Amino acid sequence: MAAAQSDRELIIQPTQGWRFLDWREFWAYRDLLSLLIWRDISSRYKQTILGPVWFIVQPIMTTIVFTVVFGRMAKISTDGVPPMLFYLNGLLAWGYFAQNFTSTSATLTNNISLFGKVYFPRLIVPISGILSNLVPFLIQLATFAVFYLWFKAQGLGGSFGLTMSAWLLPLTILQVAAISLGVGLWVAALTTRFRDFTILAGFVLQLWLYATPVIYPLTRVPAKWRLLVALNPMTMPTENLRQMLLGVGSGSWKLETISIVVSVFTLITGVLAFQRIEKNFVDVL
Amino acid sequence: MSAPVIEVEHISKVYRLGSIGVTTLREGFSNWWDGVRGRAPAVDHKEFWAVRDISFSVQPGEVVGVIGRNGAGKSTLLKILSRITEPTSGRARIRGRVASLLEVGTGFHPDLTGRQNVFLNGAILGMTQAEVRRKFDEIVAFSEVGQFIDTPVKRYSSGMYVRLAFAVAAHLEPEILIVDEVLAVGDAQFQDKCMGKMESVARSEGRTVLFVSHNIGAIARFCRRGLLLNQGRVVVDGPIDAAIDGYLQMSGVAQDGMIELPAKNRIENSALTLRRMLINDGEPLGHRRPLKIKLNFTIHRPTKAGFDLGFGSVDGRRIVTLESDYEPTYFDFTAPGDYAVELSLPIFDLLPGRYRVDICAFDGVRKELHFVFDSASVDVMPSSATPPHIHGTVGDWRPVSNWRLCSA
Repeated sequence: MAAAQSDRELIIQPTQGWRFLDWREFWAYRDLLSLLIWRDISSRYKQTILGPVWFIVQPIMTTIVFTVVFGRMAKISTDGVPPMLFYLNGLLAWGYFAQNFTSTSATLTNNISLFGKVYFPRLIVPISGILSNLVPFLIQLATFAVFYLWFKAQGLGGSFGLTMSAWLLPLTILQVAAISLGVGLWVAALTTRFRDFTILAGFVLQLWLYATPVIYPLTRVPAKWRLLVALNPMTMPTENLRQMLLGVGSGSWKLETISIVVSVFTLITGVLAFQRIEKNFVDVL
Repeated sequence: MSAPVIEVEHISKVYRLGSIGVTTLREGFSNWWDGVRGRAPAVDHKEFWAVRDISFSVQPGEVVGVIGRNGAGKSTLLKILSRITEPTSGRARIRGRVASLLEVGTGFHPDLTGRQNVFLNGAILGMTQAEVRRKFDEIVAFSEVGQFIDTPVKRYSSGMYVRLAFAVAAHLEPEILIVDEVLAVGDAQFQDKCMGKMESVARSEGRTVLFVSHNIGAIARFCRRGLLLNQGRVVVDGPIDAAIDGYLQMSGVAQDGMIELPAKNRIENSALTLRRMLINDGEPLGHRRPLKIKLNFTIHRPTKAGFDLGFGSVDGRRIVTLESDYEPTYFDFTAPGDYAVELSLPIFDLLPGRYRVDICAFDGVRKELHFVFDSASVDVMPSSATPPHIHGTVGDWRPVSNWRLCSA
């Protein structure tokens, strides 16, 4: 159906078995991908009065709540880092994950009218969402940088600081994108069959936050449980960002490998599940 | 003959009523558990064949009208061919780029300007940015939105919105265009313009078009070949006239003058249901002969009611309407029950030919109670009173008129 397919014969027949991605077709629709990213970003700015300011306010408010509740009241260790900075950092990967999770899992239900009228590779929509969510992530990262510099200027530094591994940050973000796309697509596929998942998804996201070392460092997790915690694919990216930007945190190649394997597995199965549901979902919603 | 651009081989699509669909986890689990224990699931697996064993092929440059009553499978067929949904079995080969216009304005974003939406919509419909840029001025000119192109489309009037949306779609350059009812939008003038554009796309640019519409007039004007579907199957595949004839016959040609009226278009919970219509006590309708129509209906609760009966041409134009609320105004029904009204004309002046009949019942404030569009097609026969020179070019309605010499 795309421009690039004009010389190609298209065969329409029932899909046998599972189907991954048609890369060629995806490439033919690259213009649509860039336009959707740009639509997401510009329409989000236009919707609210504060616009992009929300992307700064939200993590700061959450950080303040965490600082008061977990830092002051529960006195959970922050590995010697000022709690404020610790939580701002912890929320970087998690914030991006949560945004992607929400936008991806709503893909099919939010676009039913579009999908019911015209064909294009459906995966373009969740992927454009994940790419456009990079904007709020970068704003959040900049906010973190401002606070980081401020704490440093106050002379509160010393025990923490940026490390050389910070250049690996894009790889960590890529991993977070893969996990959130995978999980989000699973939820999207399941909600078309079972309505429960719309409710369940929000609940799971809440619990998941506490299963991830966002408000506590991985060092606080007993060593015998760390393998289990690393099965949560979000654990290592969160801990890695802490290592990269603050120089605190723990990890091992073993945990890292588990985390990456789980992430890739989530992504691949998520895409397969989504593709399987997608071909006929307009009939059921 | 060159290779067909569309080859459809034994395409079927079945919906399993009651089993597919959004359910709750609990139902899903109990179905699964029943399966595990070797029991038939509690849910009733009714099957519905939306499209059943359809085969046809289309040559390059052909303009094919797909017609049929509601639920005949037209939309499902087009959805399969535009890859919105998959067939259950069978296969279709498509050679060339396809664009489907199943609804104009798909994917328009209210917060974006007209210009931004043109690019976005173009991309959704499968155009590249370069193509849209090349055609941009033409699209804006066609849409007549002029200086508002940089205004967010949420501030557009609905007419402007539709015009811009159609303009984008009309300037796609696919080899195969699939169109479903898009012309049901906009004012008459713009509809004409759209039809003109579609005709030129098909005729001069030699593109293949599959066109679905309930507007038989548009179909007759636009297509040379027709595909008539009924209950998911192709019943006529041939010249458009043959398909339209078949369609009109299907919508209930007066067999012995008695026409059962379907209840499905009745306004929900309305006070009246039309039942059936008897034309001329079963005698054929004759030109310049008396006309008598008896209309049976059921009254569900007290209401005032009026009726009108319209005769239209086969291509969808309304020719004449006979209304009951001119004289003696409305009928007043005070008790539920079965009733009938009779309409008579001393001389019926519609020229010999085939006509469609639409019937409407409405209440005391002229709110619709039950409207049956295309209830039947009737043939008006020539009679001894029909002048020999009469043919199609002299209009449809020729009432008796008085002519005399008078003083100059």
